Amino acid sequence: MELLLFKHNRPDRSVTFDEYCDEGGFAALKKAIAGMSPDEVQQSVIDSGLRGRGGAGFPTGKKWSFVPRNLPGPRWLICNCDEMEPGTYKDRVLLEHNPYSLIEGMTLACYALGVRHAFIFVRRGYEKAAENLTRALIEAKEAGFLGERILGSEISVDLDLHLSAGRYICGEETALINALEGKRPNPRSKPPFPAIKGLWDGPTVVNNVETLANVPAIVANGPAWFKGLALNPEGAGTKLFCVSGAVKNRVCVELPIGTTLRQIIDGPCGGMAEGKKFKACIPGGASTQFMTPAQLDVPMDFDTVAKVGSRLGSGAIIVFEEGCCLVAATLNLITFFARESCGWCTPCREGLPFVKEILERIEAGGGEERDIGILREHVKYLSYAFCAFAPGAMAPLDGLLTHFEDEVREHILKGKCPFKG
Amino acid sequence: MIPDHLKKSLEERVAHAVSPREAAVDVMKVLQSHYGWLTDEAVGEAAQLLGLSRLQVDELATFYEMIYRRPVGKKVIHVCDSISCWSACCEAIMVHLQARLGIGLGGTSADGMFTLIPCCCMGMCGDGPVMSVGANFYTNLTPERVDEALELERRIGN
Repeated sequence: MELLLFKHNRPDRSVTFDEYCDEGGFAALKKAIAGMSPDEVQQSVIDSGLRGRGGAGFPTGKKWSFVPRNLPGPRWLICNCDEMEPGTYKDRVLLEHNPYSLIEGMTLACYALGVRHAFIFVRRGYEKAAENLTRALIEAKEAGFLGERILGSEISVDLDLHLSAGRYICGEETALINALEGKRPNPRSKPPFPAIKGLWDGPTVVNNVETLANVPAIVANGPAWFKGLALNPEGAGTKLFCVSGAVKNRVCVELPIGTTLRQIIDGPCGGMAEGKKFKACIPGGASTQFMTPAQLDVPMDFDTVAKVGSRLGSGAIIVFEEGCCLVAATLNLITFFARESCGWCTPCREGLPFVKEILERIEAGGGEERDIGILREHVKYLSYAFCAFAPGAMAPLDGLLTHFEDEVREHILKGKCPFKG
Repeated sequence: MIPDHLKKSLEERVAHAVSPREAAVDVMKVLQSHYGWLTDEAVGEAAQLLGLSRLQVDELATFYEMIYRRPVGKKVIHVCDSISCWSACCEAIMVHLQARLGIGLGGTSADGMFTLIPCCCMGMCGDGPVMSVGANFYTNLTPERVDEALELERRIGN
């Protein structure tokens, strides 16, 4: 298959600036500046069908098109590299191997959107990725791909890194904007959406690392080529899948959109780990529903996964084996969310610890039948929280109750976890 | 009090920012590495540099995982306990670390060397269980690898 994001990767080090350029790097930027208008670049991204790779899957070109072009004052682009969704490590792997596609993609996005100054928001723990980016920014600037008058044109773009200090909610785009401004990173109310009023109250686009890294190849090869990379007719492009849990090889791979779960596990992952049998997986990071053995042949694309009640999310696949207690797994996920809640709104701040206590009780053998109903109510009512955090937290619980209610009940009836001796 | 050269470099960082408080996280990190943790004195200095009140700095300081508002050991150990590391048995690693260091979660070893804190996903889910000790990351942990890491960190720490 044709690789796009991992095309330039070397096995054990980052690709160098010269290697990237020799392999066609920055050709898209040259092409755009020489012969495409900003609107044409945006239209290419719209036509390509590229959808946000951070988790929500919103059409990227459409997001760009919401930015009003006639407002005075600066507008902003932020790359969201606050990759803290448990199970997700694709952006780190990408940036540790190649920081240049992102920088070229961001420069193209700045050109399309009329942005002068953009930021890359990097999570804590991604110091190596940040080092790569710092080096790449200097190289790109020296070569005239960044900074004042790019490639001799009228276009100037500055790109700065923001190194965060660790907090999951910073990945929520309005919380991220607050964090970047140096404010406490609680999410903001929407509307106004960032495209209208975001960073320092200016129009702002926030895109994920992988999303932006796709842009150069779309501009260079055209939207039809990008669409054609997917295996399913409605899909577009490739996707980075990062797998963890009970598989033989826990790998991060680039595969066509529409590849099935079974193909991912049996292919690059080398199957399940020795002696283990597939029970369930979470397909797109902590805030997605469980998928079951019956869904192993679902093409991994946004709409196809949504159709079976889960979400493609970030492409972080966490695999659980037969014998693994999914009440305990869900408890782990809810514990994460309860701890990371920013505390801004009541349903999230109070609801998550309450759900956690119930799951703890069930896992410890002290659950009651009515707990199942109480958990269901919380799945419903936590969707009234201020931002998408609490509804996301309820996704695995919803999946547990939908697919594994019997397992929950078995805990209650036996008065203990059936998976513990 | 921070030395003049440090103050000057922080003032330059703040001057580079679009608005001063944009530099808040950078300033807190530098002050923390100077003092060992973000002391009350450091909060005051950050406030002054950023043109904020102490309360506004504290609002930020208490939000982030990597800013310590209480004294910590020379090196802070963060052990990931999120789902991927959980499925790779990080619980056993956590138990082992507590026994080895003779402390509970959040505690600091008697020699003042290590503080142990559980943390959220570090984005190394293919290599779990994972921990960071100061600025270094250790992956595919087993109790033996934990012991080796602690020994190494003690050695390079002195």
